[in-house]
Amino acid sequence: MSYFDVGEAAVAAALDAGARYADARVMHRRYESMDARNGEIEDLSSTESAGIGVRALVGSSWGFYAVPDLSDSAARLAGARATAIAKASARVAGRATDLVPTDVSTATWASECLIDPLAVPLSDKGDLLTHATKTMREHGADVATALYAVWDTRKWFVSSEGHRIDQHVRECGAGVQATSIGEGETQVRSYPASRGQYGTRGWELVQGLDLLGNAARVAEESRELLTAPQCPSGETTLILGPEQLFLQIHESVGHAIELDRILGWEAAFAGTSWLDLSQLGSLRYGSELMNITIDPTLPGALGSFGFDDEGTPAAKRYAVRDGIWVGVLAGRDSAALAGLDYAGSVRADGWSRLPMVRMTNVGLEPGPHTLEQIIAETDDGIFMENNRSWSIDDKRLNFQFGCEVAYEVKNGRRGRLLRNPSYTGIGPKFWQSMDMLSSEIEYWGTPNCGKGQPTQSGHTGHPAAPARFQGVRVGVRA
Amino acid sequence: MTDVEKITEQVLDLARRALPGGEVEAAADSVHRALTRFANSFIHQNVTEDSVTVRLRAHVDGRTVTTTTTLTSPEGLTSLVDRTVAAVRSAPRDPGWPGLPGPAPLQLTGQVDAATRDASPDDRAARVRAFVDAAKGLETAGYCQTGHWTGAYRSSAGQALTASATTADLDGIVRDSGADGVARRSGRALSDLDGTALGTRAYAKATAQRDPIELPPDRYQVVLEPEAVADLLTNFAYHGFNAKAHAERRSFAQLGTAQFDAQITLYDDPRQPFDVEGSPRGRLVLVDQGVTSALTQDRRTAAASGTVSTGHGGDPSWGPMPDSFGFEPGSATVDSMISKVERGLLVSDLWYTRVLDPRQLALTGLTRNGVWLIENGEVTRPVRNLRFTQAYPQALAPGQVLGVGSEAVPQPSRMFLGSWTAPALHLASWNITGGASG
Repeated sequence: MSYFDVGEAAVAAALDAGARYADARVMHRRYESMDARNGEIEDLSSTESAGIGVRALVGSSWGFYAVPDLSDSAARLAGARATAIAKASARVAGRATDLVPTDVSTATWASECLIDPLAVPLSDKGDLLTHATKTMREHGADVATALYAVWDTRKWFVSSEGHRIDQHVRECGAGVQATSIGEGETQVRSYPASRGQYGTRGWELVQGLDLLGNAARVAEESRELLTAPQCPSGETTLILGPEQLFLQIHESVGHAIELDRILGWEAAFAGTSWLDLSQLGSLRYGSELMNITIDPTLPGALGSFGFDDEGTPAAKRYAVRDGIWVGVLAGRDSAALAGLDYAGSVRADGWSRLPMVRMTNVGLEPGPHTLEQIIAETDDGIFMENNRSWSIDDKRLNFQFGCEVAYEVKNGRRGRLLRNPSYTGIGPKFWQSMDMLSSEIEYWGTPNCGKGQPTQSGHTGHPAAPARFQGVRVGVRA
Repeated sequence: MTDVEKITEQVLDLARRALPGGEVEAAADSVHRALTRFANSFIHQNVTEDSVTVRLRAHVDGRTVTTTTTLTSPEGLTSLVDRTVAAVRSAPRDPGWPGLPGPAPLQLTGQVDAATRDASPDDRAARVRAFVDAAKGLETAGYCQTGHWTGAYRSSAGQALTASATTADLDGIVRDSGADGVARRSGRALSDLDGTALGTRAYAKATAQRDPIELPPDRYQVVLEPEAVADLLTNFAYHGFNAKAHAERRSFAQLGTAQFDAQITLYDDPRQPFDVEGSPRGRLVLVDQGVTSALTQDRRTAAASGTVSTGHGGDPSWGPMPDSFGFEPGSATVDSMISKVERGLLVSDLWYTRVLDPRQLALTGLTRNGVWLIENGEVTRPVRNLRFTQAYPQALAPGQVLGVGSEAVPQPSRMFLGSWTAPALHLASWNITGGASG
């Protein structure tokens, strides 16, 4: 019995029980991670997980049932239970849910992978992390950590409309972090990003990071930060490095354009959005330099796939064009309710979770400048790099970010190091102040975007480049 | 013998044969988790998961590997052991391995409520219906969850533990013209959750927020309601009493020091009687009348500091942390706290709090689900949401706590089977650094 057969058995049982639409995802995932600390391995984990999740639509509600048993009988039971759960929702029912149409596909897709991360010897991977952390300790870090993580996911999707799609997605990533501890405070430097850099690629991604080559530098910088002057407080010109800007995009654009949030489906937990659908196509989100795409087709980016978890094929779409809000992240149900004709951004973080609207790759298109130009054309400002903390309100408007490091920019030159940098603002006002944007786009990936109840961790990608913003409040302190 | 006991014994047997002389521990967790979610006043997502996760940790020739699987067929368990054997031979060395302790009895028994274990989608929908009805036609959103856990642990050192527990949560908001009121409750039984009472509380909070004003940044006296105090517990749990963070000087905690006001006693009172390492757990007082008195330990941190595990093994990279953390209640009511405030804020809930520096436990975050101005002992006006930047230990330092609520309310946690038990708190100073509009 193939996994497609298992899924079809579940879907048939869901329909037999009374669902008007049903789909099933059989998923098999292998996950491996290693953490090193101060020259030693402190955790090596290897996980194998497989199961089936069945989604059944009855009236206004999805019923979902998941079980780690891939037998025919278990699949049929799962399908029937999904429908029974959906039916129980009738006690607190709403308007019947519709689905926008999608092409029914029979397809196979796989992410590109040159070096299978799970085939790289554990000893080699361990040596990389332990050497990196030893180097950081030798160069002044009080706490030196390094990690890698690998996901190898196969999934088989079947729907009552006739989808039969199998995908093989391999993702991995790694990073290092040095912490120096002073009197009453800690200073941190990370490479390449504060929680590592990830993509839908093989081990070649990690090899290309050159963790060892950057270990000494981040350790020395973390130590140097302990005696650096405080980031001043006030309004100034702010230049953000790409690793910080990707998180700014994620938090203040990506989540805000999630259609389920806009429709109130996440109101009690993740929150809503400041965006109003009546303004789609006319609202000014940012300056004319701001072009944000939703693009799951980017090779190697962490939010890439062939089809989302509703079987909608991956396609590029604009979310913001020339500064105007023009698109959302949608699923088939939310799009139908909103009167839109596209979906394609629904995923689950495993077989045991209900698929929901998630970011794919949401990021900036290149601007006309370079970082060198941006600094050269700034008389008085602050350049911040690498995220350290992030906080944003439930409408995705009011944000405050802390960065690991900042530099004064005076008369077109990068100046002295500054510690404890932070900045705060309101999303559209901030994006409208963007007056310079670099062409040096990189794809950044984060594997820990929390959303949903029970909570799911989404893997999202974000093209980003250095950019400059005017009149930003910096240096907020406890 | 339960299924999870059979599985752990089978895995332990297979692993001991495959790894003679090795130290081996096997654990299995059976979880039934059902969550009924509502928004726009109807149930839109209704989910149930039945899963068994098997965990095998082996230490052989100075090397340690942890493997897990959800495949519990004989082939799946054999594959788990084979994977472990292959990995442990090529794994890097682990000089910090603390060893396996011998048998130790449970300090707690898990509490299982049969009605909660067997709760149906209809049972949860009934709680949701009551919450929605209490909103008198205003929009509502939230969830009702029930869960049942059975866990088993076996080790080559002879430790053998089995326990079960149930949990139930109801968490909802009522929405009135963009203003949200919240009410939450966690319990060991579905019968602990009163949808009507929670819906009524959320309704009252939502409808008391019409025409909010903006307030300027300043230091304000605050009365934090239990939903807001749960955030303090969350951050103290993750960052404050973690023995690993303490050993690395990343925590503010100083054992034996009066870091908190004498009215503050903090404890962990777990629902799960043992942790993933098979260490029995019990009630643990971490702050005793203002004095930092203990840290949460796993086997690794305990060995490194010459003490014993407190049963808080979990993510080894993060370190041991409480998951059922609470404040001992005091004697004040919310009304009596408000009556003592000349000018300050009543805060329902905190949101998106993130640590700026763990050593001071300085955080930034926002208010959510209701803020009100208190003037001359009375709540006078609703206030728009505010951003704060505040060191949490400083807010609870000696002399800073002006009152502790008499009712400690169990609040839902994002950790399955976890909870935060929070009374209201009256604090002398909270650092507001901005409004929601800038």
